[in-house]
Amino acid sequence: MNKTDLHMLQAVADLHGIPQGAYNIRKNGEGFDRQSTENIIIEPKKDKPGIDIIVKPDTKNESVHIPVIITEAGVEDLVYNDFFIGDNADVLIVAGCGIHNSGDKKSEHDGIHRFHIGKNARIKYVEKHYGEGEGTGERVLNPVTEIYMDENSYCEMESVQIRGVDSTKRDTIAKLEKGARLVVLEKLMTHGNQIAHSDMVVELNGEDASSQIISRSVAKDKSEQVFYPRAVGNAKCRAHVQCDSIIMDDAKIRSIPEIAANHWDANIVHEAAIGRINNDQLLKLQTLGKTEEEAEEIIINCFLK
Amino acid sequence: MLELKHISFNVSDDKGEKDILKDISLTVEDGKFLVITGPNGGGKSTLAKVIMGIEKPTGGQIIWNGQDITNLSITERAKLGIGYAFQHPPRFKGLSGRDLLSLAHGSTLPEDQCCMYLTQVGLCSKDYLNRQVDNSLSGGEIKRIEIATLMARDLSLAIYDEPEAGIDLWSFNMLVESFKGISKTRKESMIIISHQERIMKIADEIAVVADGYVKEIGPREDIFPKLMSEFDNSCTFR
Repeated sequence: MNKTDLHMLQAVADLHGIPQGAYNIRKNGEGFDRQSTENIIIEPKKDKPGIDIIVKPDTKNESVHIPVIITEAGVEDLVYNDFFIGDNADVLIVAGCGIHNSGDKKSEHDGIHRFHIGKNARIKYVEKHYGEGEGTGERVLNPVTEIYMDENSYCEMESVQIRGVDSTKRDTIAKLEKGARLVVLEKLMTHGNQIAHSDMVVELNGEDASSQIISRSVAKDKSEQVFYPRAVGNAKCRAHVQCDSIIMDDAKIRSIPEIAANHWDANIVHEAAIGRINNDQLLKLQTLGKTEEEAEEIIINCFLK
Repeated sequence: MLELKHISFNVSDDKGEKDILKDISLTVEDGKFLVITGPNGGGKSTLAKVIMGIEKPTGGQIIWNGQDITNLSITERAKLGIGYAFQHPPRFKGLSGRDLLSLAHGSTLPEDQCCMYLTQVGLCSKDYLNRQVDNSLSGGEIKRIEIATLMARDLSLAIYDEPEAGIDLWSFNMLVESFKGISKTRKESMIIISHQERIMKIADEIAVVADGYVKEIGPREDIFPKLMSEFDNSCTFR
């Protein structure tokens, strides 16, 4: 791995080299390195690009890293990754894609991730997107995430896109069985002329399923963001959808949280807010000796923390 | 030493100009504790904001330790050791009590020191160290954290705008004790905008600001009894 590769790995997966445990590193549209462990098997798909990640039942405190890095211009990469999480397992999954585009052609990575989470299993799924490079070629990431949650399973999904991705269209669907709980935390910052679009549908199909969806975003310059999270209660369930955005400069944000209940005992709430940085927040930090620019940076960093 | 010389401040809207501060001159000596009191709408909070630089005066001069700071920014005044506690403090999503106190202090504060400041304002410190200073806090809680941010700083002049507003009686007692402690042990000058008799009682000096002027200023021993008799005899300050 060269310096750029290592830098991208650090940006998207907080890795300083080859990770511990199971991993699969994909570079410029091809498998670069892979390791399975006794409890976590990673194997390439036979019929299409991508991998199957099989976590054996009862696997505890193990992690899987599957970063993707693109360091060439003109790469168009589409992968299908399926996760099969055995009953009672408890694992951390770190995905992420970094594009370093120094050319004038578009580089794109579309990752289609499907999670099949077994009974009583717990996962934390972290996905970071990052783009850089001095070229004029676009950096495009269009992730699709499907989450199928069996009884009493738990999934915490954290998606972060802070910098450098010109265009992103994110589609997420989740289906929750009895007692399953899904927590989604989406953090996004756009700048320049970037466009980000996030669609999400969470179906709460089993009794006592619950979900919390939190979206925090900052739109700067002339960037545009659209959020469309939907929570559908088909049983006795609880869900809370919260979209919160800071708008700056000439940016545009649309936030359309939708809630639907198809059961008399479904309890679903949504909140959405878009606003600029509160002037009193800036003043307060200035009274602590920060300049206006420093204050703005502190407020944004905390908001997206 | 802080010197205010003929400070005026007016605002204009559709209805014309309105003078909020007409001609304010006063001095706060080093290490002194001044309470500014007076009727609502008399210009007290505006005066506090003018000293911090949040509002620019229309006329007059602000001298801090011999330096004319009238045209300095809020940030520059903060760096000269001037601090200000908001009457209605802003809330921050994602910022913990400890983060805010560390920002105020200028570097990461050790846990025990954070706890000390939080306890001084009547908060059970462990509950608030990692809790975010966002909308989940009540008005009284955010107010107390605001006061703690000033205690965490190394200030030469601390200005508190109605610290008692929104605070329950039990915490208020604690707050009065804290102010008493600060005025005894620390060298910083303090200006507290307050309507509270118990805060006035611990001041070195009291200024009465009404209708944009300093109506009276002097040692507590002289002003306080006069104020109390006015409270009893009229409704001037109600």
